[in-house]
Amino acid sequence: MILRGLVRIGQTLVVLLIVSFATFGLLKLAPGDPVQLALGAEYSETAYRSLQREMGLDQPFLVQYLAWARDFATGDWGRSYVARTDIFTFAVLEALPVTLTLASLSLFFAILIGVPLGVLSAVKKDSIFDAGAAVFALTGTAFPSFLLGILLIWLFGVKLGLFPVMGYVSPWQDPVTGLYHMVLPALTLSTYFIAMITRLTRATLIEVLEQPYIAAARARGEPRWRVIWVHGVRNIAMPLVTILGLQLGTLLQGTVLTETVFSLPGLGQMITDAVLSREYVVVQAGVMLTATLFITINLLVDLSYPFLDPRLRAR
Amino acid sequence: MAAVTDMDSPTPAPAAATGPGRRSSLFLRRPFFTIALLATLAYVGAAVFAPWVAPYDPVQQSIDAMMAPPGPAHWLGTDSYGQDILSRIIYGARYALVIGLCSVLIGAAGGLVIGLAAGLAGGWVEWALMRVIDSILALPSLIMAVAFIAILGQGVDKVVIAVGLSMIGPFARTVRADVMQVRVQLYIEAARLMSIPRWQVIARHVLPNVVFPLAVQVTIRISEAILVSSSLSFLGIGVTPPTPDWGLMIAEGRGFVAFAPWMSAMPGLALALLLIALSILGDGIREEYDPKLRGGS
Repeated sequence: MILRGLVRIGQTLVVLLIVSFATFGLLKLAPGDPVQLALGAEYSETAYRSLQREMGLDQPFLVQYLAWARDFATGDWGRSYVARTDIFTFAVLEALPVTLTLASLSLFFAILIGVPLGVLSAVKKDSIFDAGAAVFALTGTAFPSFLLGILLIWLFGVKLGLFPVMGYVSPWQDPVTGLYHMVLPALTLSTYFIAMITRLTRATLIEVLEQPYIAAARARGEPRWRVIWVHGVRNIAMPLVTILGLQLGTLLQGTVLTETVFSLPGLGQMITDAVLSREYVVVQAGVMLTATLFITINLLVDLSYPFLDPRLRAR
Repeated sequence: MAAVTDMDSPTPAPAAATGPGRRSSLFLRRPFFTIALLATLAYVGAAVFAPWVAPYDPVQQSIDAMMAPPGPAHWLGTDSYGQDILSRIIYGARYALVIGLCSVLIGAAGGLVIGLAAGLAGGWVEWALMRVIDSILALPSLIMAVAFIAILGQGVDKVVIAVGLSMIGPFARTVRADVMQVRVQLYIEAARLMSIPRWQVIARHVLPNVVFPLAVQVTIRISEAILVSSSLSFLGIGVTPPTPDWGLMIAEGRGFVAFAPWMSAMPGLALALLLIALSILGDGIREEYDPKLRGGS
């Protein structure tokens, strides 16, 4: 098991290496000369050459990559000329917490609502409630999140005036106002996951409830709620973690759209703004950060299986 | 419709057998599938016959009719430039469907090449290609599409390429999985023992076993391509105005949601209904033809 874990970590490092190489190489292909961009319209040949040397752009590609990778690993990500800040501070200390807060709150909502919905749906299989949950699950997974966000803004923000629709207050500094501002964005992002978890929980639980050990637990005279919530739901953890791990990408790209809808200053907003202002250094940093995040979480999900399923420990 | 049975699947798919006797028609068994199919065909019809169906020119601006609510003159209202929303939605179906289809085909073609190579090569080449596929899959498709857009710039053709490239990963993975299943089959070994050339084995025995599931994947993933491309437009980095693109229209209406909610809601509903219809179609196709995928991701 330890060996398997090490192999997995090794593979992850290789993937990170390829991703970083591709990100660096691809954005080198982007149109526009960074030296020219920094110098403006008029410049002398010598000024061009000296700045080129200063930026390391006269070096061979591989040397440039290695220098960039070293800088990236040590947190020296350069400066954003548009946002006028250090990119590392901007991305990791300012934007990332916003994105992570939104993502984790949405995931929390999704599990909190999705699992009970799925359990009820499985227990009351083929009832009207089940049919309703099925329709919700289908629409919820297909409905574009940015549209849902706008509809929620219109309904809860404009018509009912219940929630603030714009602006961001950090929940770490002001928990009450911060969470209040996060409710609509998190609800928008979590709808897809609520629908997906409902679907998954229902399907898994129906299968689990047909297992002999459930019949045995019933025969022992255990109360119905214990049979379902203890013996049944425990077996949902494994497929749930697997699917959530696979769907993390969807969650991350969901944050990009949700941040734009609600004007939240997260990673997605940072990357989109950088694309629009053609600031490739920031795009590079944002893409690398997202990839690193995604790859690391996937690794953690993979490594957590033996802890969730005792049967995997023996191997 | 005749039952499609896989030569190499030992047991018939359990859930596909609906009751005793012959299987009834696909359309009777799946009423939602039929409705979804009709809805999709309606979108295709709107896209093809847009100039005859649309009541107005989709890019004709009018100062007299700015942000008019839905009414007899403009059934779905007008936007902030006085452009007729219904006409823009009808023309927008062209962009949505063409961008979706083209990009998914680019993704499938790329995935087919990489997946075949990875599945057939074996050894360190396979290992290396698998890590490349892992790396492509390491980025969420929208983020990857955004990165490609950063390099390529904006526009319909650029969106098609960016979305297509970002979809290669999942296709490559499924193609490789199918190749792996085929290459251990007895008939492949038999062909090899008969010293039939390798390329012929690939063309005759491997490809047919890979292309059909790939076609199923293509139909299932069209909705994803449409969603990602309209997301790019919504973010303001995809198709450029005044193209009647749904994502763009939703984004344009975002600032006016307080007094002209139809500006976002109408194109949004058009997009949502198409995505829901396509996802029902996809589920139906998956369950009919791809018992391997049932229950899994």
